[in-house]
Amino acid sequence: MQIGVPCESRARETRVAATPKTVSQLVGLGYDVVIESQAGLAASFDDEAYAAAGARLAPATEVWGSDIVHKVNPPDDEEIARLRSGTTLVSLMAPALQPELLERLRVAGVTAMAMDAVPRISRAQSLDVLSSMANIAGYRAVVEAAHEFGSFFTGQVTAAGKVPPAKVLVVGAGVAGLAAIGTARSLGAIVRATDARAEVAEQVESMGADFLSVQAAEAADAVSTDGYAKEMGEDYNARAAQLYAAQAPDVDIIITTALIPGRPAPRLITGEMVATMKPGSVIVDMAAANGGNVEGAVADQMVVSQNGVKIIGYTDLPARLPTQASQLYGTNLVNLMKLLTPAKDGRLVLDLGDVVQRGMTVVREGELLWPPPAVQVSAAPASAAASAPVVKEPPRPPDPRRRYVGMAIGAAVFGLVAAFAPADFLGHFTVFALAVVIGYYVIGKVHHALHTPLMSVTNAISGIIIVGALIQLGGSNPMDGGSQAVVVVLAFLATLIASINIFGGFTVTRRMLTMFRKG
Amino acid sequence: MGTDLALIQAAYVVAALLFITSLAGLSKHESARDGNVLGMVGMAIALVATWWLALRGALWGNVVAIVVAMAIGAAIGIWLARRVGMTQMPELIAMLHSFVGAAAVLVGLNTFVDGGRGSDGVHLVEIFLGVFIGAVTFTGSIVAFLKLSARMSSKPLMLPNRHWLNLAALVASTALLVWFVAAASLVPLLLMLVIALAFGWHLVASIGGGDMPVVVSMLNSYSGWAAAAAGFMLGNNLLIVTGALVGSSGAYLSYIMCTAMNRSFVSVIAGGFGSDGTVSNVDVDYGEYRETSASEVAELLTHAGSVVITPGYGMAVAQAQYPVADLTAKLRERGIDVRFGIHPVAGRLPGHMNVLLAEAKVPYDIVLEMDEINDDLAGVDVVLVIGANDTVNPAANDDPTSPIAGMPVIEVWKAGEVIVFKRSMNAGYAGVQNPLFFRDNTAMLFGDAKERVEDIIKAL
Repeated sequence: MQIGVPCESRARETRVAATPKTVSQLVGLGYDVVIESQAGLAASFDDEAYAAAGARLAPATEVWGSDIVHKVNPPDDEEIARLRSGTTLVSLMAPALQPELLERLRVAGVTAMAMDAVPRISRAQSLDVLSSMANIAGYRAVVEAAHEFGSFFTGQVTAAGKVPPAKVLVVGAGVAGLAAIGTARSLGAIVRATDARAEVAEQVESMGADFLSVQAAEAADAVSTDGYAKEMGEDYNARAAQLYAAQAPDVDIIITTALIPGRPAPRLITGEMVATMKPGSVIVDMAAANGGNVEGAVADQMVVSQNGVKIIGYTDLPARLPTQASQLYGTNLVNLMKLLTPAKDGRLVLDLGDVVQRGMTVVREGELLWPPPAVQVSAAPASAAASAPVVKEPPRPPDPRRRYVGMAIGAAVFGLVAAFAPADFLGHFTVFALAVVIGYYVIGKVHHALHTPLMSVTNAISGIIIVGALIQLGGSNPMDGGSQAVVVVLAFLATLIASINIFGGFTVTRRMLTMFRKG
Repeated sequence: MGTDLALIQAAYVVAALLFITSLAGLSKHESARDGNVLGMVGMAIALVATWWLALRGALWGNVVAIVVAMAIGAAIGIWLARRVGMTQMPELIAMLHSFVGAAAVLVGLNTFVDGGRGSDGVHLVEIFLGVFIGAVTFTGSIVAFLKLSARMSSKPLMLPNRHWLNLAALVASTALLVWFVAAASLVPLLLMLVIALAFGWHLVASIGGGDMPVVVSMLNSYSGWAAAAAGFMLGNNLLIVTGALVGSSGAYLSYIMCTAMNRSFVSVIAGGFGSDGTVSNVDVDYGEYRETSASEVAELLTHAGSVVITPGYGMAVAQAQYPVADLTAKLRERGIDVRFGIHPVAGRLPGHMNVLLAEAKVPYDIVLEMDEINDDLAGVDVVLVIGANDTVNPAANDDPTSPIAGMPVIEVWKAGEVIVFKRSMNAGYAGVQNPLFFRDNTAMLFGDAKERVEDIIKAL
């Protein structure tokens, strides 16, 4: 089947749905790939590179007529008109926000798969575009902030005076938030982060930021069953607002990432908070497309507040890293095609019994499939429920009296044996007991790496049993009769195999030990 | 006691002391070779003294028999020791255990045939125990040898009522002991010998391949007790001391191995993992694993600052230690910090991985134990898991229902990236699925470990 990759038509869009590298992977899955000429130019991929990777360059009409069309942005009306009925279209669609788009796709008779409707289960992570794009956006948000910020991020002591480090507050520690934390940290800033989900504190701290927790009763169950954060109640919001209000005058940069899928973005930073910030501070509102977390943010623009705070509302942050974003998006698409092409024969097989494919397929050949049935995916609540009943009482320590009874019985048995045993038995037993204790202490100090040589040495010295065999062999006379002949034969055999142990054990130990060398 | 007898006794005392210092010498790399030499000197002194003792007034024929037997034994022993590969060490060790067991049986039988009939009850008990332990060691070690050399399936043998069979063997042997002491006859001794041989066979046959480190060190211990029992029946203190040293050393190693698996000694001896037929967690959806390629791993390694390699039995099977050492050397040349993390039960023998890496010329000071490496793993960029599975399974820490719950494991998942070298997605020895493979920071590199490591070296 043929996959078509057209140019993106949306303004300021620089990404492309395939790169030379992903083209070769798609070809490897058995597909023919056609690319509209100059589709990758804005992402620094020229037509020759695509051709070298196995794609065919074709005019737009042929690309749109493919069996499968890969795109970044949802198609506009003109593009939908170019799609053949029966084509499979794969792109971002925001299905929850754009019911009219789904309706038009349904009328057009295409099958539409939304890359931004991948269920959040670990199996589907390799095709999760929201994660891969959020990662880029988080990075770029910090870069944009640094670009507008008038000072260093890192603290320095220079001949011209001391520079304090910038303080960054990241609101929301999802993929984008964590990427922003990592980027700001690596530029040298002091980073703080908050999130409604208390369990992300560990991830935040592992990235090197301080976690500011909002003390509220309901914060613990802020994770909804689909793996995203959910809207919070009044009490939580009031406490969070107090926290932001306290942080705003102190920090230099605020990056907000709070976005709930399919809903307007929650208003977190009010105009009063912005007014308390220092002049020259920068706010990046990564939710500006859905209305913004910050009062006064304007989508796709940077506005400056009355007190000189710059509020950045760019919605095309991933597209500002076109090469990397195209590569990650393209790889997500390749992973999707791997899932859809089980036989690797270039034939797309859509299995709606699979929750991943079912969740992404919003329209199939004139039939609206959005919204998909709910998938209970988030591991956190399920595992908590499962592990709760298995908490067992710790095993009770054994009754100490039992040990004393055991020792008493042992001593009594030993006394009984000793009373009836001949004198030399006790002498031998003394030697034996002491040797066991010495052995225990000597072996306990042996280095773990030398356990094998230890075993082969003990093999060699347990060949000392040859002493018994030698004495029997030396003291016997095979001419003395039947039983003596048996003794000689048995003792001969015992001597022979004990010798194997002695000589073999020491030789192999020496061989091993010469191999151990220090670096 | 004549002067010569006193001298022989003195020689035995010196030999026993040398054996102790020999084992003590093995506690450190620096003194290990001296330790081995001290052991040889001790053995030489003991042998010379024993020749003197045995050959006083002996017939010429006996002298010739001794020389011939020892010459043959020495030739076989040295030949074996020279040609054995380091991956076959477990087999060699198991075979040597079986020889000690066999020698103990032969010496025990001889003691009885050669004038043991008239002796008192305690002496008869000593003979009986010596033969019993020797026989169990003998067949047990042979089974261990066959399993380790893959001449026999390493799966545990599951006879019905196997615990009762074992118990019946012990009860029957005790009954025969009573008969033997009362009658001083050869019949109960030989009957017991047959039972003990079968018992030893069954004991090890019902233990699976992954528990072999415990089995081999347990048999090491048994071979020591067999020698000590021979010492009791012959009234020879040197044998008693040496046997006790070896016996307690083996017991201690078994103890270390059992702690490393968080299992009791009895549960290992009673049978392998999952032997009660419950393979848990099969139906759990762990998500999807990520596959990677040798060139991607090579790229990852070149950008890493620190790398830890955790080998397991799979490295020995694939004979991958040489390419692994080569890779280590190449990475170290580039200034990358490479270390090894060894789980105590990795491989089929205590310390097996260390010997393999030493053979491939990996310096021993970068080969660390689990406890030494676990705290550092969070700061490590890349971990290569080569042929290990259960020893890096996070379920041991996280999942209280897992069969391996509570077993100390190398916490590789704390590192930045984990690359798992594996033939396929099959479960490990314990039959437990490994959630590590499905973690976000884990990538799988499928195929033969040796070839894959060579591919990485090429791609570097």
